[in-house]
Amino acid sequence: MMPLPVPALSDTSATLCIFFILLVPLAIAGLSLANTGLGRSRSAAHSMLASLCVIAVAAVVYVIFGFAWQGFMGGPAHAIVVGGKPWNWIAAEPFFTRGIDRSGWPASLVLLLQILSVGLTAMIPLGAGADRWRLGAACASTALLAGITYPIFAHWVWAGGWLAQLGVNYGLGHGFVDAGGGSTIQALGGLTALSIAWILGPRRGKYSAEGMPAAIPGHNPVLVLFGCVLALVGWIGLNGAGAILFTGADPGFVVLIAINTMLAASSAALAAAAITRIRFGKPDASLTANGWVGGLVASSAACAFVDPIPAIIIGLVSGALVTFSVEWLELHLAVDDPSGAISVHAVAGIWGVLALGFFGHFPAPVLNVAAGQLSVPGAGDTGQWLAQLVGVATLLGFVLPLAYGLNWVLNRFYPQRVPAEGERQGMDLYELGAGAYPEFLTHTDDFTQR
Amino acid sequence: MKLVGFLLLLSGWALVLSALILLGSTLPRTSFILAGVGVQALGLVLVTRSHLVPRRERD
Repeated sequence: MMPLPVPALSDTSATLCIFFILLVPLAIAGLSLANTGLGRSRSAAHSMLASLCVIAVAAVVYVIFGFAWQGFMGGPAHAIVVGGKPWNWIAAEPFFTRGIDRSGWPASLVLLLQILSVGLTAMIPLGAGADRWRLGAACASTALLAGITYPIFAHWVWAGGWLAQLGVNYGLGHGFVDAGGGSTIQALGGLTALSIAWILGPRRGKYSAEGMPAAIPGHNPVLVLFGCVLALVGWIGLNGAGAILFTGADPGFVVLIAINTMLAASSAALAAAAITRIRFGKPDASLTANGWVGGLVASSAACAFVDPIPAIIIGLVSGALVTFSVEWLELHLAVDDPSGAISVHAVAGIWGVLALGFFGHFPAPVLNVAAGQLSVPGAGDTGQWLAQLVGVATLLGFVLPLAYGLNWVLNRFYPQRVPAEGERQGMDLYELGAGAYPEFLTHTDDFTQR
Repeated sequence: MKLVGFLLLLSGWALVLSALILLGSTLPRTSFILAGVGVQALGLVLVTRSHLVPRRERD
């Protein structure tokens, strides 16, 4: 077990952090509205209830188990020595967060932000499993995510783990850097969403006998677009709080972080709107919304370390990636992802993480997690892209197999997909006994078996 | 095919970690890390293809 020095946090930084953290629930609200709007009307209440339930499960499980594995920078951790270098692989906190001083910071602030972050992460697979993922199974899957997958990877990135120490141990830039959770929240959630989509399979009637996908449009674009606006506010909070707590960003950088977040989302949405306008003759509302959120996701990792012009480039690429990825997954890979969660969170998240390696120039000091001190600005930037690539390889080589394996085992004991009758009736009637819009006329073709 | 795909994802990651630990100079380390990511890409293709087959069988 190795104790690390606890990095200092000024009162100004702590106050800003509290303000930013309190904005994060808006990202959760935005995402749940977007997920619901992109699903069918007959599963709308189920979608919103599932959002609440997975947030609740994630918070409780994370506080009981997850935080003990994740810990915080400066907290006790287990390390093994490999090739003469310490590999910090898991935290050594007691269960029920008994090891932290809840009246002080930064540990208490990290805990608060993480409780919200793990809830946000757990919401991402809900979008991919919409209209067919049983509520109980979603909660059980969330418990595995919040108790195992998320805390281990987040420890490696945000709590002084081996990925964060790549700079100190192997001279790879500043180590793996992710200010706002592009990898820990977004890519991890997106890859879990991919696992869920694979395990559940496509919705009934989504693919014809010839394998051609049928369009099942979202039932409420207004909810989706309003969710995008809420998500922007939440993301500014997420990026700001993460940058201060996990990379040691100076409070003076919060304006740049907010500007970069806004610019990335805007350029991504414009890219998606332009691409769909050129290809289909009219801009597509749901793809443009996906582009907007994809831009927010891509902004997360690098928000404090790029100038506005690279932020625009990151957003433009992200918008294009999301637009083509949604179509590619649906058309060629037969992955039925009603809300585009895999493209928006996994693809854009990984792009954002890599983009930090290409565009990041570190005018801001970055927390040197092995020493608990701030590194010299601009020093050791070479090799940063390689550190980011090692992080992406870890997402693909550790997170994806682990998330898939855990959900596969869960599926053997507790089938995650609703029976065919449930899909025909809709998740609202089948699992909750009442619809979200009881006064609305029900179109008969909505109940026709596809 | 699915199992082989996931094994390739893990193997690629193991290559990346081995390159970090065993190789000191920049060029060989970078090459092996890129090779590891390449192996992972192959694994991802296999896992993806393995999920296409059951759908066609169902249809």
